[in-house]
Amino acid sequence: MARQATHWRAGAAGIAVLGLTLTACGGAKVGDSSSGSGSSGGSGTCGTFNLAVNPWVGYEADAAVVAYVAEHDLGCKVTQKDLKEEIAWQGFGTGEVDTVLENWGHDDLKAKYITQQKTAVEAGSTGNEGIIGWYVPPWLAKAHPDITDWKNLNKYASKFKTSESGGKGQLLDGDPSYVTNDEALVKNLKLDFKVVYAGSETALIQAYRKAEKNKEWVIGYFYEPQWFLSEVPLVKVNLPAYKDGCDADAEKVACDYPVYDLDKIVSAKFAKSGSPAYDLVKKFTWTNDDQNVVAKYIAVDKMTPEAAAKKWVEANRDKVEAWIK
Amino acid sequence: MTVVMEKPERTGAEEPAAPARSVRRVGRPVLVAAILAGWLVLFAVLRGRQTLSLAAADLTDLHRWFNDVNDSIGANRDSNPLFLYFFNEIRLVIDTLVTFVQELISQPSADRPLPQIGWLGVVGIAGYVSWAVGNWRVALLAVAGFTFLGLQGLWQESMDTLALTLSAVLVALLFAIPLGVWAGLSDRVNRIVTPFLDFMQTMPTFVYLAPLTLFFLIGGASATIATVIYAAPPAIRITAHAIRSVPETTVEAAESLGATRRQALLKVLLPMSKRTVVMGVNQSIMAALAMVTIAALIDAPGLGKTVVQALQSLDVGTAFNAGLSIVVLAIVLDRVTTAASVREETARRSKGRFRTWRRPLLGAGAVIAVVLAYLSHTYVWAAEFPGEGSVGSSVASAADTTTTWVQDNLSGLTNAVRDALTNGLLNPFQSLLTDSPWWLVGAVLIALGTVLGGRRAGVTTAVCVGLLVGTGLWSDAMTTLASTLVATVLVMLFGVVVGVWMGRSALVDRLIRPTLDAAQVMPPFVYLVPFLALFGATRFTAIVAAVVYAAPVAIKIIADGVRNVPATTVEAATAAGCNTWQLITKVQLPMARGALTLATNQGLIYVLSMVVVGGLVGAGALGYDVVAGFSQGQLYGKGLAAGLAIVLLGVMFDRITQAAARRAGA
Repeated sequence: MARQATHWRAGAAGIAVLGLTLTACGGAKVGDSSSGSGSSGGSGTCGTFNLAVNPWVGYEADAAVVAYVAEHDLGCKVTQKDLKEEIAWQGFGTGEVDTVLENWGHDDLKAKYITQQKTAVEAGSTGNEGIIGWYVPPWLAKAHPDITDWKNLNKYASKFKTSESGGKGQLLDGDPSYVTNDEALVKNLKLDFKVVYAGSETALIQAYRKAEKNKEWVIGYFYEPQWFLSEVPLVKVNLPAYKDGCDADAEKVACDYPVYDLDKIVSAKFAKSGSPAYDLVKKFTWTNDDQNVVAKYIAVDKMTPEAAAKKWVEANRDKVEAWIK
Repeated sequence: MTVVMEKPERTGAEEPAAPARSVRRVGRPVLVAAILAGWLVLFAVLRGRQTLSLAAADLTDLHRWFNDVNDSIGANRDSNPLFLYFFNEIRLVIDTLVTFVQELISQPSADRPLPQIGWLGVVGIAGYVSWAVGNWRVALLAVAGFTFLGLQGLWQESMDTLALTLSAVLVALLFAIPLGVWAGLSDRVNRIVTPFLDFMQTMPTFVYLAPLTLFFLIGGASATIATVIYAAPPAIRITAHAIRSVPETTVEAAESLGATRRQALLKVLLPMSKRTVVMGVNQSIMAALAMVTIAALIDAPGLGKTVVQALQSLDVGTAFNAGLSIVVLAIVLDRVTTAASVREETARRSKGRFRTWRRPLLGAGAVIAVVLAYLSHTYVWAAEFPGEGSVGSSVASAADTTTTWVQDNLSGLTNAVRDALTNGLLNPFQSLLTDSPWWLVGAVLIALGTVLGGRRAGVTTAVCVGLLVGTGLWSDAMTTLASTLVATVLVMLFGVVVGVWMGRSALVDRLIRPTLDAAQVMPPFVYLVPFLALFGATRFTAIVAAVVYAAPVAIKIIADGVRNVPATTVEAATAAGCNTWQLITKVQLPMARGALTLATNQGLIYVLSMVVVGGLVGAGALGYDVVAGFSQGQLYGKGLAAGLAIVLLGVMFDRITQAAARRAGA
């Protein structure tokens, strides 16, 4: 017993010495530097700005730029929350989300949260145009230029056959986030195709990437602006042109998708708060090319969203000034 | 990730049922063959009639009703007392816990730019705790593993994930262990709890993720509760199993010595089942880690976010690096808890000098850990992990190179495999299931259930078939069923081949096991991106994903079963002149029959838990319904119904295989 105690004491002493040595050669202490540089926050009239970030790169580009400007020019504390669309909209009511920056149509959500629950309001267009449609890889459009007219699709249907399409041509559909009329379209345009659900954007992109590389026949549902188009410039197939109301009856749709005016949604509370961040959101507008540049920084050049936003903001100071005037 | 421990023979009370005897006279295989032959004949006649198919955008009244319920909950959220006083209180408590753990190791707090304990402290404490509850080998592993997380450049993300995992497991155990003990003591409680546990484990998370954020708001609480729902069932089941497997004679002996119920529980049952209960903790942790990427969809911080964000731009390298961190965390936590569960035995065996040293060493270790924690609290170098995470970028670029190589060089070969399997097996089987009238398939399922599992299994099957029709998604359910069964066959194929190999050689076991662990916790999309490039968005890709996830469990169970065949039996067979092939097919596999049925059972359940992931890569059917329901408001009800259909398929097959296993054992 006594011997044990001696060992214990020796050990403890050794550790104490070790501890002291380490402490002595310590170095910078936590919290030392923060008091000096912490004041960049600015006036503080802005407060916290809760920005939902939906999971696609184009949105991430929007959010990164708006967050960068809000933080550096307005002194807001920006909290970016990675959320799926449905959950982000739900957050308007619970007060956890102030802004959704890039809304693709979503008339169902507008009806629910703007008209019925009155927890959200529209805050104008982002300036981006969302195009949805059927696309083919560029090699295919080059080899068979007439394929971009829907009337010729049946001619090529057998080429699009896969193990999934049950003897017909495969129309690869998609990302479950967006409404599609494709089953109705195939039926009403009397196309010899079967809709196969890829199920995710990742699956769609991989399909096109592979098709372009190995010269395979793929036709599917896609959309722009999308960073992938800067890697493989897919070509859109022309369906019968969209006219107002031609998609009113989902069963009888026989026309192309409308061009979506992508818009911004804010919570009703945030709109009344008088926060400078709200004015920024309201005035924020840019072009598809602008978004593509930032999206390319993030997706292709693998920059962090903050770095990408910084690079773009510094190069486009004039546009930013218009938002914060 | 479901339970590995739940042995089908747990209810010893159940007899090999009377109806079995009358059936046995004809012979079960003959009956099964007759049922299948009858099905084929009727299929040829009735093909394409009454298939109950439903188009992707169509809804039934039930789906619309689910939508309405969901909407009205959302609309009344702020005025409902249930929300104001009940859910809000739960949220507050859990939020406080999560924030506390986060500020301790991962997030800056109000007056500090860094968490309370920095990397050096965490590494020190992890090493110390691993050594104290396990042994020095796992302590070394813990230190190396945690340091590796920092070298990958993902220290903070890893700590966020660890914080959330620990909080969730803590909350889960708080409920799971008492509930498990209760279910272990009382058959009735066990019967009531089991369907709930099945529900919690097989209901796809996507279905309840959105409602959860409605109940508990966006943030730590929702993420924790989502994780708890998935992580608690294994702990409950394993605890109940542990209490049940304490020999009755021991309890009786204690009672005859005058122990009260309470004493018998505290002094006999709990200590004797401690080892297995720790395995339950282990399974809870693994299940919690499997939720990391899903929790990221509701803004849970950590590695899941890195994975999700990287995959938006198909950056496989970065996603793999973060996935690897999850694997490292899982392996460290798994090995430490496993070591903890066997520690007392090994310690007792290695008595002598080391034991007398243990106490002072423990004290010294504690002092070192405290000093390290203090240093990391005070000094920047010990608080923030130094370096740029260069290991991480080389891991990422190596993963990228490998993926590209695989995609470029293997696609010709893989297409042939895919087409052969799809056209030769999957398509005919699927059309048999989807093109037969619903009542025919239903009758076949009920008949098979009765023949294989007895009358009770038959009744369960009938109820499940009825409810499946009720979900309005019969046709989709049959499509999913076809892929699920094909995937399960493949899982068992791998399971037997690799499992026997591992069971027969300890070296092979040691080499392969980390890969199996990795396959279970690596977020699926990390490996699915190259698979998508190889196989396209097809049902085959979905099957591959399911096999990657489910095969490890089957392999582990079968390896365990083969290893447990008594050595004397094997020796006797060898002496009698059996060659290796005969030894495996005539002795080891037949004697591991219990393990084989358990592996089938778990393999099927694991495959079902990948249905949703399958829906994301081209499987369509129920998986896609769930995903679409998560993404589009008007499809919410349909997604919920699809989730229920998956649960029903799971319950149906679980009951049939378990009953069949009991009869095989009897």
